[in-house]
Amino acid sequence: MMRANASWRVAVLAALWVGALWGMTGARAESAQPLAENPVVERRLVAIAEDLRCLVCQNESLASSRADLANDLRREVRGLIVQGKTDTEIKDYLVARYGDFVLYRPPVKGSTVLLWFGPFALLGLAVVVLVWVLRQRARATPAQAPGLSEGQRQRLDQLLKD
Amino acid sequence: MRKLLLIPLTLFIGLVVFLAVGLQRDPHQIPSPLIGKPAPAFDLPTLVEGQRFSPESYKGQVWLLNVWATWCVSCREEHPVLVAFSKANAVPVVGLGYKEVQSQEPEYALPDDQKLAFARAREQRYLTRNGNPYQVSVLDMDGRVGIEYGVYGVPETYLIDKQGVIRYKHVGPVTTAILNEVILPQVRQWGGA
Repeated sequence: MMRANASWRVAVLAALWVGALWGMTGARAESAQPLAENPVVERRLVAIAEDLRCLVCQNESLASSRADLANDLRREVRGLIVQGKTDTEIKDYLVARYGDFVLYRPPVKGSTVLLWFGPFALLGLAVVVLVWVLRQRARATPAQAPGLSEGQRQRLDQLLKD
Repeated sequence: MRKLLLIPLTLFIGLVVFLAVGLQRDPHQIPSPLIGKPAPAFDLPTLVEGQRFSPESYKGQVWLLNVWATWCVSCREEHPVLVAFSKANAVPVVGLGYKEVQSQEPEYALPDDQKLAFARAREQRYLTRNGNPYQVSVLDMDGRVGIEYGVYGVPETYLIDKQGVIRYKHVGPVTTAILNEVILPQVRQWGGA
């Protein structure tokens, strides 16, 4: 998370720098987006968008995706930030349109209980089974050391005595 | 002891079935939160210059909203299916031209009115050539209406009932089978056609 933030900051700085150079030479890139008109808004945009999923390229966050829809959604989120909406309101806006799927951190509710607590339930079950198996084994071992015939055991006793 | 050995095997088979089912599902089919909610209102220009369309005017009938664009490859695949459907059925289909002029096209830089005229001409040409399944075609140039409807992959098709409530959504090209086996029964269920 920290590293992602840092690399973003570097990327934004680099973009600003390149943008400044372009401005100086008078050249205009046709797809240049107003990247950081307001650094405060951009910082919040990145913070919010990192927790949101891009719906076109589903393994990318809304912050890092270059898909057209992600671009449009960032524009909408930027607009909402400027309007003074809270992070929760902005996420609700997107969930109302695209569902919980846009959230990388889905809310805890009926349909997501298994998702949130399933792994812990499995871990608990595994621990219970492990303890049970170990107990069974501990009870079984001293009575009859398996794998040794009567003759072998006598030889073992002999060896241990010597 | 023999029976105990069956437990891990059963668990393993269960896991395999669980994962196999998961793999068969298409991650691009995201359930829409808009099902059962009123279709978002909009007011957009149509392909006819000077005319606008709003879903409000279709209250009282069951209709389909088909999101498409001339640049969309899978829309070409579903287009003849929609043309045949519109000829055979009395269900009105409205076309929503989603971001017809894409940001990488040179025309994207045109002033808004010229860009709209360009999009209109291109969609009109396409519909004249390939058949027009739409009762009305509207242009969503900046994709904002698309966002209101939760569009994330064109083509998408929405079924809207007499009260203006979204009842069904299909993502990706519709096929004759989907229209006949899924959409038409739904249309009848909500009192249309």
